[in-house]
Amino acid sequence: MKIVVCIKQVPDTTVIKINPVTGTLIRDGVPSIMNPDDKGGLEAALQLKDKYGAHVTVITMGPPQADLILREAYAMGADKAILLTGREFGGADTLATSHTIAAALKNLEYDLIIAGRQAIDGDTAQVGPQIAEHLGLPQISYVAGLEVQDGKYIVKKETEEGYQMLEVAGPALLTVLASGFKSRYMSVGGIVEAYKKDVEVWGVEKVDLPVEMLGLKGSGTKVYKSFTKGVKAAGEVYEVDAEQAVDLIVSKLKEKFII
Amino acid sequence: MNKNVYVFAEQREGVIQPVALELLGKARDLADVLGEKVVAILAGYQIADKANELIAYGADDVIVVDAPELKDYITEQYTQAVYTVINEMNPNVVLFGANTIGRDLAPRLSARLEKGLTADCTKLEISDGSDPKLEAKKLMMTRPAFGGNLMATIVAAKEGVQMATVRPGVMQKKDKDESRKGNVISYNVTFDPSKFAVKLLETVKADKGLVDITEAKILVSGGRGVGCKEGFDKLTALAQVLDAEVSSSRAMVDAGIMPHDRQVGQTGKTVRPNLYFAMGISGAIQHLAGMEESDLIIAVNKDKFAPIFNVADMGIVGDVNKIVPMLTDRLQKELKK
Repeated sequence: MKIVVCIKQVPDTTVIKINPVTGTLIRDGVPSIMNPDDKGGLEAALQLKDKYGAHVTVITMGPPQADLILREAYAMGADKAILLTGREFGGADTLATSHTIAAALKNLEYDLIIAGRQAIDGDTAQVGPQIAEHLGLPQISYVAGLEVQDGKYIVKKETEEGYQMLEVAGPALLTVLASGFKSRYMSVGGIVEAYKKDVEVWGVEKVDLPVEMLGLKGSGTKVYKSFTKGVKAAGEVYEVDAEQAVDLIVSKLKEKFII
Repeated sequence: MNKNVYVFAEQREGVIQPVALELLGKARDLADVLGEKVVAILAGYQIADKANELIAYGADDVIVVDAPELKDYITEQYTQAVYTVINEMNPNVVLFGANTIGRDLAPRLSARLEKGLTADCTKLEISDGSDPKLEAKKLMMTRPAFGGNLMATIVAAKEGVQMATVRPGVMQKKDKDESRKGNVISYNVTFDPSKFAVKLLETVKADKGLVDITEAKILVSGGRGVGCKEGFDKLTALAQVLDAEVSSSRAMVDAGIMPHDRQVGQTGKTVRPNLYFAMGISGAIQHLAGMEESDLIIAVNKDKFAPIFNVADMGIVGDVNKIVPMLTDRLQKELKK
């Protein structure tokens, strides 16, 4: 079984910097981690590898510093790592990103593609399904469990009401929830080995698409403006004993006709 | 020429979802500014009788795609149905609920249509042309990013349909008006079953028996300061007196004390009840993003510097575990009067 896991490096901080001219985020100088749902996706792949045997390739699109999360993926147990990087990919929205990654994935053989449900920087949950569409693959999102039976994937999908069990034959694309796959730690040996392994660096030559479909130019949306939220005027804060607190709350509820 | 504001009117087992009505409310406002119609796409099986409900909540037209293929939500089946409608009708705007269905369907459609999509919007407006950088009558889609720290207003970069998913609980539905008139259009889709690769084996409902927190009028919400299961039992007692629901901050969900569907905040649900009790919740920005639009916020916290007090209408510096039972007793007496 050949599995490809799409991962992303995201800033792990509340510090935000915005380019005031383009309205896009400046990622340099902000501490970064492997996106949690993507790490869940890698874990899901490694669990299949442990159980059934599999070759796990991780791929990320990002700046050269994203090498770090690929090393981490090696240390967790990935077999091959690819960094997809290039100036042409910059400023991409989800549509352009998905085109780029889908085109890169066409260079690989796979039975299953796994991505995280969403990344904590944008929270869009769009790139996985969009890649699936570009590659003509069936998708299942919000995946919290995964088994293989008679060559088919039996997938548990979380919903608002509970969950669904779905069946799909490969090749397919799944987007995974971190809560469904508690990720393993990197092994000490793995960390050492991770830095001896090669990360393949792919550029625009691996993406067989017109440049107009990439980056900012290929995007279906653009940031018109970005801003931080204004703070709402705070109400009164009382430092009183519990008895008085209850009085205050009750009178407020009466004032607002709640009771 | 792309025209009219469309809403994907999500139904589950024949029940129109609240988010669909919220979207109709917002679509009504947008369509009125644009001078266009509100059109609902109602897809499912044996659901045609629900069309009038959508009209009562603001739709001018309802396009009904009724087919056995659409009995349960499965990505490809629904994508084919909605894609066919959009491709033929050329909507100006299409709105979807940002839940496990809308966030699965809308990106798939966006890729099939080769159009942009903006996720999890909390505000939608039509540009008035006053800014030379932005033409008039464009859909301005505002959404939180970076855990709610940053708001971004996004516009479509390509010609044609403008699409967004919208967070449930954020937009206001209109009052139901049974006297509204509209057109119900039955629409046939020719499916390509060769693409139907995913099979639904089983749908399991978690035993909840609870009102969805996004629909509650009053929420009693607990955080780290409540501490434990027993603390939440006290909140539940308070909630029962007020006919409220209990919700939670992320910390208590991560600790396994509360289930995920009770979580308020950026990675949980957005709520705007009439009254929100923030009990022992410090008020991380991710939490505030999910509740600050509540009509009345009353916060109780030991730490007088807790950021929750910056958004609360009334703040009490004190111990929730002491105040909550006393408040419960007192309200019981008050309500008996």
